[in-house]
Amino acid sequence: MNDDPLSPGAPARPGHAADAAARPAWHHPEYRRGFEEMIPTAIGIAAWGLITGVAMGKSGLPIGVMVFMSLVVFAGSAQLAVLPLLSSGAPPWVIWATALCVNLRFIVFSAVWRPYIVHLAWHERVRMAYFTADLNTALFTRRFPEPQAAPEQWPYFWGGATLNWFAWQVPSIAGILLADLVPVHWDVGFAGVLALLGISLSMLTDRATAVAALVAGCAAVAAYALPLRLNMLVAIAAAVAMGVLIEHARGRGGAQEGGR
Amino acid sequence: MNAAAPMSTGTAILVIVGLAAITLLTRGFFLFTRREIPFPNWLRDGLRYAPLAALAAVVLPEVLLRDGQLVRTLADARLFAVAAAAAYFWWRRGILGTIVAGMAVLLSLRLGLGW
Repeated sequence: MNDDPLSPGAPARPGHAADAAARPAWHHPEYRRGFEEMIPTAIGIAAWGLITGVAMGKSGLPIGVMVFMSLVVFAGSAQLAVLPLLSSGAPPWVIWATALCVNLRFIVFSAVWRPYIVHLAWHERVRMAYFTADLNTALFTRRFPEPQAAPEQWPYFWGGATLNWFAWQVPSIAGILLADLVPVHWDVGFAGVLALLGISLSMLTDRATAVAALVAGCAAVAAYALPLRLNMLVAIAAAVAMGVLIEHARGRGGAQEGGR
Repeated sequence: MNAAAPMSTGTAILVIVGLAAITLLTRGFFLFTRREIPFPNWLRDGLRYAPLAALAAVVLPEVLLRDGQLVRTLADARLFAVAAAAAYFWWRRGILGTIVAGMAVLLSLRLGLGW
């Protein structure tokens, strides 16, 4: 949070409060470019938002609360993951721990963003951080592969972030409002679980991750009778322990097979 | 625990404000300060396994349990929906298609066979 001076000689200070006030991001051609490069993925984001919204609308919580959740949490996988916990009245800290685990990937993303925006004012960094979802991170690093700051990055970021926000929120809120029209028996909220299934499968990169996922799933089922949905924490702890153990064993094995 | 009621609106709002804070804290983790932040190995390992573990711990009980009991029948639309979704994923690797395949099977079983 120390506000040491920006790197001397930087031609423009993108996103600095004064500049931002003088020249809004959307006047810049890069804003348009960021917006346009987000369009092809916006359809996928919208479908995803609709599924999440319907699952939220079917959670049994008041519609207003779910719209509030969509607007402020803005993290689809975490929202879907905590829905069964919210519906079953799990204690807040179990819900927060689950969301934290699902969101850990954003910590990695924030390390990716750091060289591009660390020179900006603190409040601007915080504002941008809130909007760095999966897809704008992917698009931004494709547009700017070199991890160094440049003035056109700030409007490009906001162009993509604007479209990403609306492509997510509009269908998500529509889904929350429309969920009531679908009979409960159809079980359309299950689309949210299928979405998490798809993400989980895409994260199975090797045997260690597969074993960790299996351990987590089985432990969550086996420990389901625990109160307060503590089975979530048992499962996560068991899977992380198993993953780290496998990594440790493999590290040793790798040392022995060094010549391969 | 089984079939517990959803939480009160007040608690839900508190939980949601906390969730929003978690979104911001994780997304901004390396952006809040200009100081270099050490990145310990245990955190790196946790980053590798915890997100997948949390998702699997949500998904499997939702598929295998009904009211806290293991499903005792194969005439269960969710089981077939998950099988279809997983099969699609191995075939095409697209997450949206995975959802569509699963929901197509789920809805045909629910509406067609009344499962």
